[in-house]
Amino acid sequence: MSIKRVYPREEFCMGCRLCEVACITVHSESGDTIKAYKKEFPREPSRIWFEEKKPECFSFMCRHCDEPDCLEACISGAITKDPETSIVTIDEDICVGCWSCIMACPYGALKKKVRKDNKMVSTKCDLCIGRGINPACVQACPNRALVFK
Amino acid sequence: MITIIGNSVAAIGAIEAIRKVDKEIPITVISKEPYIAYGKPVISDFLKGKVKEEKLLSYRRQGFYEKNNVKLILNEEIVSIEPEKKKVIAKSGNEYTYKKLLIATGGVPFIPPFKGKDLKNVYTFTTLDDAKKLLEVSKNIKKAVIIGGGLIGLKAAEGLHAQGVKVSIIELMDRILSLAFDKVSGSIVENRMTDVGIDIYTEASTEEILDDGTGSVRGIRLKGGREIEGDIVVVAIGVVPNAPFAKSAGIEMNRGILVDEHMETNIKDIYAAGDVAEAKQFLYEQKMLLPIWPDAYKQGRVAGYNMVGVERIYEGGLSMNSIELFGISTISAGVHTPQNPQGYEFLIDLNEKQYRYRKIALKDNKVVGFIFVGDIDRAGIFVGLIRDKVDVSTFKDKLLKKDFGFIELPYELRQERFWKRFLEVKDAACIERICPQYTPEYTLSDSEVIDGE
Repeated sequence: MSIKRVYPREEFCMGCRLCEVACITVHSESGDTIKAYKKEFPREPSRIWFEEKKPECFSFMCRHCDEPDCLEACISGAITKDPETSIVTIDEDICVGCWSCIMACPYGALKKKVRKDNKMVSTKCDLCIGRGINPACVQACPNRALVFK
Repeated sequence: MITIIGNSVAAIGAIEAIRKVDKEIPITVISKEPYIAYGKPVISDFLKGKVKEEKLLSYRRQGFYEKNNVKLILNEEIVSIEPEKKKVIAKSGNEYTYKKLLIATGGVPFIPPFKGKDLKNVYTFTTLDDAKKLLEVSKNIKKAVIIGGGLIGLKAAEGLHAQGVKVSIIELMDRILSLAFDKVSGSIVENRMTDVGIDIYTEASTEEILDDGTGSVRGIRLKGGREIEGDIVVVAIGVVPNAPFAKSAGIEMNRGILVDEHMETNIKDIYAAGDVAEAKQFLYEQKMLLPIWPDAYKQGRVAGYNMVGVERIYEGGLSMNSIELFGISTISAGVHTPQNPQGYEFLIDLNEKQYRYRKIALKDNKVVGFIFVGDIDRAGIFVGLIRDKVDVSTFKDKLLKKDFGFIELPYELRQERFWKRFLEVKDAACIERICPQYTPEYTLSDSEVIDGE
C-alpha cells in the first residue's frame, strides 16, 4: 500500500466544517483557533474544499498522487514530493503564483493564498506534516466522515 | 550509459524517472547553457524584478545532480550525432558516447528574415541570458517594440513594463494570444493591457526593423508604411524545435523530431522529448508540436522509463496554459475555439466589467476545451473531465455554476475520484472493509487542535 490519504465518507458528513476550523488552526501562526480567526491577517485559508448541496456534502483535499500533475506543471520547482513520506508540498518562498498547478490538478485540490507579505502563492493539504498523529481535519471530525487510510 | 542533450524540464523528467528504477546507470547531461536547470517560464518574473537569480535556479534543490548521480556538462553545444558509432559531437570538438540518447534540446526563437534583424538592440526572450540582457538594457531605454503577441511576447511586455519601459506590441492575428485565447478573452486581456499603458497593434505585419543610422534600432515599420518607435526590438514570434543535427543523423523530422508513443525516434536507442519533439496528441489524431511545460515533463518521464527498459506509453499531449497578465489570471485547455465549430456545443458566461469569462466547449457531451478568465478556481477539474472523457450530459447545466465542484458530479463518479481509483477497489465487499460503518465511540475530546490554551 502506498501513501495514506484522507478519504471523505460523504454519507457521514453533516457539513459542520470543523475540519476547516482545524485546518486553519493547525496551519496558523499561533496554532490557536481564536487567534487564527481574529488576529492573524490575511487569514490562512483552509486547505480543504468543502462542498455542499443539501443534504449532500463532503470535504475533499489533495490526493498526494504517485505522479502528481501539479508537480509536473510547476514551473518554479516549488512543488516537491518527499521520497520517504510521499507527501506533496509547496515551498511558498519558491512559488511564483503562476497557477499552473491549479490548471493541472484534476482534483482541483489547490487554492490561491495571500501571504502576510502580500505575495500570492498556491496552497494545499500537506497532511499536517510533522504533526505526528492523524491530520487535524481527521481528528476534528465529530462524525468520522474523514478517514486517514 | 544514458546521454541527455538539453537540461530543462524534459531532461529533469527523464532523470527522475530513470533514478526511480535504476540508481546505478551512468547519466550524462549536456547543456549549451551555463546554468543548472531553471524554470524557463519564470524568466518573466526575473525581468519584472520579482524573482532573483538564486530562486530561479532552485527549480531543483541544491545537490540535485550529485544526489541523482548525474554528470552535468555545461556550456557545451552538440552539433552532430553519429548513430552508427553511438556518439554525439560538440562544437568544441569533444565527443560523448551513449547507449541510449535523449534529445531534449527544446526550442529556439524563430526570427523571420526581416531587414534589420541583425541590428544592435534586437533581442529574443527565451533564456535566462536573454532576460539578463533585457534587464540590463531596460535601465537605459524609454521605449520597446515587441514583435509577436503570444505568450513570450506578452510576458516580455509585462517585464519591461514593470521596469518602466513604454511597450508596443505588434501582432499579426486579430487578437493577442491567438493560440490560448478566443476573441473575447483576448480582448479582455487586451483592454487591461491598454489600460496600463501598453500599445497593442493587431492585424499588423512587421516589414522592417529600422536603423537609427548608427547600426542600432530606432523602431519598426509595418506593412502599409506606419512606423512605430522603439529603442529596442524584441522578436517573440514563436519558437521552433532546436534540432539542426537531426537530419544529417537520419532522424525523421516533420516540424519537430517525430517520436512514437515510447518517445523513441525512428532510430533505435535515440529518444526525444519536450519542445523539440513532435508526439501523439490526446484530442487529435495526428502528431503535433506542443511546446508546453507540463507535457515536456511527462514526455521526459516516458522516455526515461523506456530508456531503462520499463515500458511506459505516452497518453498524448493536451494543450493547456495558465497565464497571468497584469493581475488577470487565465487558464485555457484543449480545443476551445475549433476552426470548424460544427458538432461542438459552447457554454459561455461573460462579465467583461469584472474581467470574468468562462467558456466551455463540448463535443458529444464531453468537455473538450475551456477558457477561464478572472476566476480560475478548480480549472483542473475540467482538465480531468477532458482527460477522463466524462459524459457530462447529466450535469451539463451545472458546468458554468460559480463554485462548480465535485458535488455537481453524480455520486458514483465522485466516489471513483475520491478514493476508488487510489485504493484499487471495485467490488462492494472491499468498499465495506475500507469504509466501515460509523463507529460512535469516537469523541471530540480526541481532538487537540480545537482546544484553547
